[in-house]
Amino acid sequence: MRLILILRNVFRHKLRTLLTVVGLTVAVLAFGLLSTVVEAWYAGAEGASSARLVVRNSISLVFPLPLTYRQKIRQIDGVRAISTANWFGGIYKEPKNFFPQFAVDAASYLDLYPEYVLSEAERKAFLLDRKGAVVGSKLAATYGFRIGDTVTLKGTIFPGQWEFVIRGIYSGRDAKTDVSQMLFHWDYLNETLKARSPRRANTVGVYVVEVSDPARVAEISRAIDAEFRNSYAETLTETEKAFQLGFVSMTEAIVVAIRLVSYLVIFIILAVMANTMAMTVRERTAEYATLKALGFGPAFIMGLIYGEALAIAALGGALGIALTFPLAERFASAMGSLFPVFVVSAQTLWLQAACALAVGLVSALFPARSAARVRIVEGLRSVA
Amino acid sequence: MSAPAASPVVPPAGPLVALRDIVKTYRRGQQVVPVLSGISFDIAAGEFLALMGPSGSGKSTLLNLIAGIDRPDSGRLVVAGEDVGRLGEAELADWRARHIGFIFQFYNLMPVLSALENVELPLLLKDMGRRERRERAELALSMVGLADRMTHAPSELSGGQQQRVAIARALITDPTLIVADEPTGDLDRESADDVLRLMQRLNDEIGKTIVMVTHDSRAAGHAHAIMHLEKGVLSGREELRG
Repeated sequence: MRLILILRNVFRHKLRTLLTVVGLTVAVLAFGLLSTVVEAWYAGAEGASSARLVVRNSISLVFPLPLTYRQKIRQIDGVRAISTANWFGGIYKEPKNFFPQFAVDAASYLDLYPEYVLSEAERKAFLLDRKGAVVGSKLAATYGFRIGDTVTLKGTIFPGQWEFVIRGIYSGRDAKTDVSQMLFHWDYLNETLKARSPRRANTVGVYVVEVSDPARVAEISRAIDAEFRNSYAETLTETEKAFQLGFVSMTEAIVVAIRLVSYLVIFIILAVMANTMAMTVRERTAEYATLKALGFGPAFIMGLIYGEALAIAALGGALGIALTFPLAERFASAMGSLFPVFVVSAQTLWLQAACALAVGLVSALFPARSAARVRIVEGLRSVA
Repeated sequence: MSAPAASPVVPPAGPLVALRDIVKTYRRGQQVVPVLSGISFDIAAGEFLALMGPSGSGKSTLLNLIAGIDRPDSGRLVVAGEDVGRLGEAELADWRARHIGFIFQFYNLMPVLSALENVELPLLLKDMGRRERRERAELALSMVGLADRMTHAPSELSGGQQQRVAIARALITDPTLIVADEPTGDLDRESADDVLRLMQRLNDEIGKTIVMVTHDSRAAGHAHAIMHLEKGVLSGREELRG
C-alpha cells in the first residue's frame, strides 16, 4: 500500500513529474558527458604503463635529443628496452583534420606498446616498407583509411609533402588504448631530413624506455638524467603517466571548468527538484495531517516523501544514464580524433547514479521534515 | 449521563470520556485568546453526543482534544481509561490508531487511492495480512452501502458517497470512539440525511460511541443529547432521545 501511495503520488501531477524527470535526465546526461570529457582528457595518462619512462630534452620538448643517447640509455642498469618517437605534426588535407602522427623506430616501438594490436602479416608489411605506416582503428574509421591507401601529409614541423602507404590498422587491447594515432618509420623521416635539412637529422623527439622492474622507475630515471648531466642536451626522464599529465596540466583550467559546470548542473536540478518537492508537500498538507490523525507516525510520512523523490530521481537518473551511451558515441564521432579515447566509464555511471540518488535524498530532506512536523489541527484546516 | 436505551450494547461502568477543568488557549501574536475555559463533563460508552455552538465557541477545539489531535493547556482528559495528556507524541499516535475513528467535514480521503484502499489504509497500522485487510475493508464498504463502488477513486464519487467511504474508514479499526467534525457540512440535504442515518445506525446497532460537532440542528437531532457551548464554556445539555 505504501508503494502504491508513492507511485500514484509520483504520477499525480503528470506534467510536473514529466518536466522534473526531463530536467533530471538532462542534468544526469550532461554530468555523464562532461565527466567523460574530463576522463578523455586524462585518457593518455590513464592508459600509460607503469613500466615505461619517457626521456626528453630537459629544456623543452621542442628541442630534440641526439641519436647517440640511445646506446648510453640502453646500457643503464634496469633498462630493458628502448625506442624513439618524433612528433610529426602533419596536416591531412586541411588543418582541421588533426590527429597525432609519430615517427618511430617501428620494431622496438611496437614491442614496447603491446596494447597496439596488429596482425602478424600487417606488422611484417609495415616493417618491410620504409614509407609504410600503421593507423589506429578509430583514425582509419574517421578518415576512411584502408590498407594499401596512400596518405599524403603536409609537414609543419618538417616541411614538405610526405607520402605514406597504410600497411596496417591496429586495434586497442582495451578501451583505454589510443587508437587514433598514425605511426610511421623514423628512418623515413631521418633519411629525408638528411637530404632536405641535414642539421635536423639524427635526432629524436623522445626516447621511450621500458624498465625491468616498475618499482625502480625513480632510481632509473635519476640514473638516466645523471648520465647526461652537464652535456649540451640534458635530459628529463619521467614516467609515461607524468609525461602525459604534463600535457593535461597545460589545459587544466579547462578541465577544472568542465568539472565545475558538471557539478553546477547537478546543483541546479537539485534546487529545481527541492522546489518541486516543497510544492508537493505544501499541497498535500491536509493529507499528511489526516494520516497523522489516523495514527501514522512521522516516519511513515517522511517515507512517502522520500519514496516519491527517490522514484522521480531513479526515473530521471536511469534515463540520463541510458542516454549517455548514444550521446557519448555521437559526441565522440563529432569530435573526430580530438579525444583518442572517449569511453563512458563504470566510474562515470556510478557517479551519475550517485548524483541522481543524492538529488532525490537532498531534495526531500526539508519537505519531508516539514511534513513530518505538520501539526494535525493546523494541517486539517488547510483543506478548506 | 446514561447510555441510550436503544443501544443493544451494554456500556461499561463509568464514562468512556471524562473531561475535568479543561482549559485551552491560542496565541495570536502577543495576545492570548481563551478558547475553552474549565470544561468538565463525561461521555458514556454508546452515547451519540452532538456538540453545538456558534462559530468560535470552541466546539471543534473540544472535539480535537477528545480525539487526541490537540492538547489542553491544563485539566485532565481520560478517554477509554487512558489519561491522554500524559501520552507522548508516538504513544498518542498509537492511541489514536487504536481508539479513534475520524469523520471530517471534507472527507479527507487520499485522492490517489480507491475507496477500498482508503478504507484499508488504517489497517496498515495493525498486524494484519493483506488478504485480511482487504476482506475487512470490503465488509466495511458493504456496511455503508458502497459494495459496488470499491474500485472508484474519491473523485468518481459524490460527496455523500465520499463521506460514507470516510465512515467506513473510521469504522474499520473498530475504534472505541468516533469523532465527527461537521460531517454533513459539505453535503446536500439528501446526502446529509443518508450520512446521519448511517451514523445513527452505527450507534444504535453496533453501539459505537459518537461525538459530533455540528452547527445544524437537524443533524444534531440524530444524537441522544446536545451539548451547547458558548464562548468556551458549557451552556447546557439537551437530552433528545434515549
